[in-house]
Amino acid sequence: MKYAGLLVMPTGFFLTLAALVMFADPPRRIAFVLCGLAVEGLGLAVAIRGHMPARGASRP
Amino acid sequence: MNLTSPIPAAPAMGDVTFALTLGLLLIAPLAIAGVALINTGLGRSRSAAQALLGNLAMAAVAAIVFALLGATFTGTLGNTNIVLHAAGKSWSVLGLAPFLLRGLGSAAPHAQLELLFEFLAVAMTALLPWGSGADRWRLAAGVACAAILSAFVFPLAAHWVWASGWLAALGANFSLGAGFLDCGGAATVHALGGLSALAVVWIAGPRTGKFPREGLSTAMPGHNAAYVLFGCLLALAGWLAWNAAGAILWLHASLATLPGTIINTLLSASAALAATYTVTRVRFGKPDASLCANGWLAGLVASSACAAIVTPGQSIFTGAFAGIFTPLLVELLELALSIDDPSGAITVHGAAGLWGLFAAGLFAPQTGQFMAQLVGIAALLGLFLPLIYLLFFVLNRFVPFRVNADGERIGMDLHELGGGAYPEFVIHRDESYR
Repeated sequence: MKYAGLLVMPTGFFLTLAALVMFADPPRRIAFVLCGLAVEGLGLAVAIRGHMPARGASRP
Repeated sequence: MNLTSPIPAAPAMGDVTFALTLGLLLIAPLAIAGVALINTGLGRSRSAAQALLGNLAMAAVAAIVFALLGATFTGTLGNTNIVLHAAGKSWSVLGLAPFLLRGLGSAAPHAQLELLFEFLAVAMTALLPWGSGADRWRLAAGVACAAILSAFVFPLAAHWVWASGWLAALGANFSLGAGFLDCGGAATVHALGGLSALAVVWIAGPRTGKFPREGLSTAMPGHNAAYVLFGCLLALAGWLAWNAAGAILWLHASLATLPGTIINTLLSASAALAATYTVTRVRFGKPDASLCANGWLAGLVASSACAAIVTPGQSIFTGAFAGIFTPLLVELLELALSIDDPSGAITVHGAAGLWGLFAAGLFAPQTGQFMAQLVGIAALLGLFLPLIYLLFFVLNRFVPFRVNADGERIGMDLHELGGGAYPEFVIHRDESYR
């Protein structure tokens, strides 16, 4: 889970780059850039969830 | 790929501007001193000496490694970039300057000052994660992380943002405003440092006893609020100079605009403190000193991105918003997401840095600037966080981040240095090991 989230995040970045290259009109471009950021947010959420320690795991 | 693409010449700089910028850059290290004090104060007393020594060691290693290797890839002193050509555009991805700062003496004054700014920036970037790994992160591993950040990660970001890299060229290539704007290092220093802190916390794990099996997480307050609050005052002095120098170097701002930049920096921090004070007063019945310090710092961090391009009213809004979300996000990370971040660097530097960059796009007058800022934020989150995590993950296999259980129990001072910061203190049983 933790690594899957981190692998998803660059996908969002490349979606953002693709939006710059593929679309010239601002509305479509910003929509795809926001989609890229949303994908990154999704990846971050999965990575955070995957890294959450089980309660009690930090006990001595 | 084209290895010989010329870098645009730096603008000529008058003697007065040169002297003023140099003076500002001599004051800017106070920001580093302030952050070092805050990192130390927010840790435990039994790790205080190791914490402060770690801050010094990381700044030192960052400076040496940047001189040996990092400055080459930043490309500030060089004449060539590594440029990719794709989709009919040029994408400058890396600088290629001579190794070991050769040519420094004969470089243009503007380029020399830019390099000095980058030295301070890399030192700050390297020590930001240190506070997040407090009380369990080994000094050797911290120094190794600082070396990696200074050699590869920071130079890549600095080239993209400051040394005519593809993010800076978004304006010329895609008509997105003036390209990605970050004159005070909100992206290259603070967001990068905050994301590094997140990677460190994930890899090192929480402090022993922080998240018990039942109930809320264990409170482990910082050992010296006076260090933390005095660190905030030091940081203010450094930040005022830092943002003014950044505006001259990266925005080519005129001297007449500098008072506005400095006032905006002060307003952002003040609004953030007022907001955090109010939020903690409402939530807990009394204002929380360490969270107020975090709010103040978050206001300064947010101002790094936009102090030179916004109005005073917008600066107050930017700071106030940073001050509102800082205590809430610190609480969310600890209580809901089990992220043990003693210094709050993930929120204060990472989140507030990203917010500042967003606000710069929101308030900038140029058309397309908002989009340029979003692309920069996407690069930081989508590319740099996974890259930093991968590098640190591999490093952890060779230089383990986490101290052993016995070392954590007796404290990092005794374990790593053989003596404590406060030798007259009696070490008592830790109540968190219940």
